[in-house]
Amino acid sequence: MDIKTGFFYLFAALLLFAAFRVITARNPVYAALYLMFAFFQAAAIWMLLRAEFLSITLVLVYIGAVMVLFLFVVMMLDVDVDSLRQGFWKHFPLAATVGAVIAFEMVAVFSRNIRLPEPVVAAGAAQVSNTKELGKLMYGEYLYPLEVAAVILLVAMIAAIALTLRQRKDTKYVSPSDQIRVKARDRMTVIDMPATRAGEAPVAEAPPAAVEGNKA
Amino acid sequence: MTLTLGHFLSLGAMLFALSVIGIFLNRKNLIVLLMAIELMLLAVNMNFVAFSHYLGDMHGQVFVFFILTVAAAESAIGLALLVLLFRNKSSINVDELNALKG
Repeated sequence: MDIKTGFFYLFAALLLFAAFRVITARNPVYAALYLMFAFFQAAAIWMLLRAEFLSITLVLVYIGAVMVLFLFVVMMLDVDVDSLRQGFWKHFPLAATVGAVIAFEMVAVFSRNIRLPEPVVAAGAAQVSNTKELGKLMYGEYLYPLEVAAVILLVAMIAAIALTLRQRKDTKYVSPSDQIRVKARDRMTVIDMPATRAGEAPVAEAPPAAVEGNKA
Repeated sequence: MTLTLGHFLSLGAMLFALSVIGIFLNRKNLIVLLMAIELMLLAVNMNFVAFSHYLGDMHGQVFVFFILTVAAAESAIGLALLVLLFRNKSSINVDELNALKG
């Protein structure tokens, strides 16, 4: 067993443990942190597979951006965990059966003596940069899909902003353009009021114009 | 004993099975459901990268790149919907999302 195999088993065990904790963690914050851990192990395994660019991308994009988003949302929402955990293990036998069947079938297929390819290493592969090769493909053959991916990201960004943006109804704010356009006569209105003498009862029916009208 | 393609594919299969179990267990908690979906995508990407390495073909890695892009967009929109949902219903329990009577 060479050292690479040993590292693979180490990373795989940690990855499966982290995945197990993600789905069983009581607190969603812990689940998000274990998911970060799982992504990190996956990045290490991809490093073993010599996919350096994707490995670093996984760390940057997932652990750096997506998981921070997850943590942000988890901490922002005041989730009642206990009601969500009700009957948590109720469907566990069914779930375990389904999961075991999926895993067993696939492992059974892969561990048979079917013809799985041996690693193809081109001559002088150690001198060729993975990132450079990926870049050549993406900006050459896959240029059009790359543009579409960029548009998808843009749409996602706009959609996320548009969904969560809201005008608060309970805030008071002034309109600067109204403030600038206001005239002096809008501020103050001179109205006529009949004078009343001391000792005399005020007029019973006050004209409605006597009510002060202050527009601004 | 050297690493074969089967090792990586088996790991991907186990990871996928674990996330399926997670979807069963956390059927009420929308956040953890999203996390389980992310794990599933990771399992699929693992297979792509493994095949790409063992076939000596870079196209698989390009595909993983696009899957990562779409997954990032999906989780951003999903979390935005989640925030919106929590604002309106004060809960993220999937059982209470029955406005469509489905």
